Amino acid sequence: MHDLLSITLPISGVSINPLLLVLLGVAVGVLGGFFGMGGAWMVTPALNIFGFPMPFAVGTDLCHMAGKSIISTRRHAKFGNVDAKLGLAMLAFDVVGIECGARLVMYLERLGLAGPVIRWVYVVFLFLIGLLVFYDYFKKRSLEKSAAAGSAPAGSAVRWHETLHKIKIPPIVRFNVAQVECSLWLPAGVGFLVGFLAGLLGIGGGLLMMPALVYMIGCPTYVAVGTDLFTVMLAGFYGAFTYGMKGRIELLAVIIMLLGAAPGAQVGTIATKYIRGYGIRLMFGCTVFFAMISVILKQLKLNTAASWVVMTAVTAMTLVVIVGMVKGAAKELRARRALR
Amino acid sequence: MKKRFPTLRALAFGAAAFLTPLAALASGGEKEGKLVHVADTRHLSGFNLYIADLYNTNRLLFTLECIAITALMGLCLGLLMDWIVAAIGLDLSKHEGQE
Repeated sequence: MHDLLSITLPISGVSINPLLLVLLGVAVGVLGGFFGMGGAWMVTPALNIFGFPMPFAVGTDLCHMAGKSIISTRRHAKFGNVDAKLGLAMLAFDVVGIECGARLVMYLERLGLAGPVIRWVYVVFLFLIGLLVFYDYFKKRSLEKSAAAGSAPAGSAVRWHETLHKIKIPPIVRFNVAQVECSLWLPAGVGFLVGFLAGLLGIGGGLLMMPALVYMIGCPTYVAVGTDLFTVMLAGFYGAFTYGMKGRIELLAVIIMLLGAAPGAQVGTIATKYIRGYGIRLMFGCTVFFAMISVILKQLKLNTAASWVVMTAVTAMTLVVIVGMVKGAAKELRARRALR
Repeated sequence: MKKRFPTLRALAFGAAAFLTPLAALASGGEKEGKLVHVADTRHLSGFNLYIADLYNTNRLLFTLECIAITALMGLCLGLLMDWIVAAIGLDLSKHEGQE
């Protein structure tokens, strides 16, 4: 990692090639805008692998994610994919959860356990989320195949939200963009849980929020992506504040990563226009499993192998999204020319 | 069968809840992190020196500047990217995605 192009970051003292940070920004921008998340779950292990101490990786991550999410959220809002009311309902409790998680990280840091505990909790959650997404995808496919009339069943194959919507503790609220009516305590509770895990794992919560919105609240995939980015943006700013006050943000790394994340976020967000919702879910599941493998390798001290897994998976998924976006855009431009 | 699955699930969750912290402890942990971190400003200049000095002397202002710079960069870069994508000719006003 150390070469002539390396710079030494002023606060953490870490030496790094800035090109690596730009490329990480591009990839995380593309995948974050596409999956509706900050992408910190990729950045935290990647920065840790690049030599950042874990608390610095977490804080730098959260700060960069806030800036990048502004770009993606603006674009999704213009597409009509953001349910701000639902996002705000989740956010208040999300913030309380983040603070609880961040305090647990500082406690673990004092014990010298921050790195290993965060990584193992990561592994468990990545595994469960990946499993859920694949189960949903393959169940949906088998349902589609067995539908004799040819019309696919609407919504998710996993329908936990229907059970959760039976909780009728007042106030009952209608979320118009998401087309959901439920007790306010449902998004509040989901927000707290997601926030706590986000603060602990150093992620904006998008990785957990996206499946939570789909499977627990019952949002369509696109609205989940847009609403998720909205909450990730606000949660990212709060995370940046709390980690900034704790002195764990490397601002120069944030600025360099944002330069790559800006075009990446635009590409990822526009790609959702051309790829089906279940296609997004399948790619999300694949990415989650690759991330899990890399974290396990890191825990086993196989750092080089972990770097390769992260870089290969992120590069492959980024390329798939870029190709999907370019193909869709070319098709749209051709159709427009034909109409003239 | 109906009876077995809840038991198996409970066992799996119980084992995960028990084994995860044990595995973390068995890994031995990392070197204890520094509680108070001070940026080394001896070889810095320009923007880096300014930021590192601010970090060492006024943590609140450092935090607020981090947030302001991040937000400003997000907004400016977002506007720039909007302009570039619109110049290509893509219709960014609607989204007709399917599940």
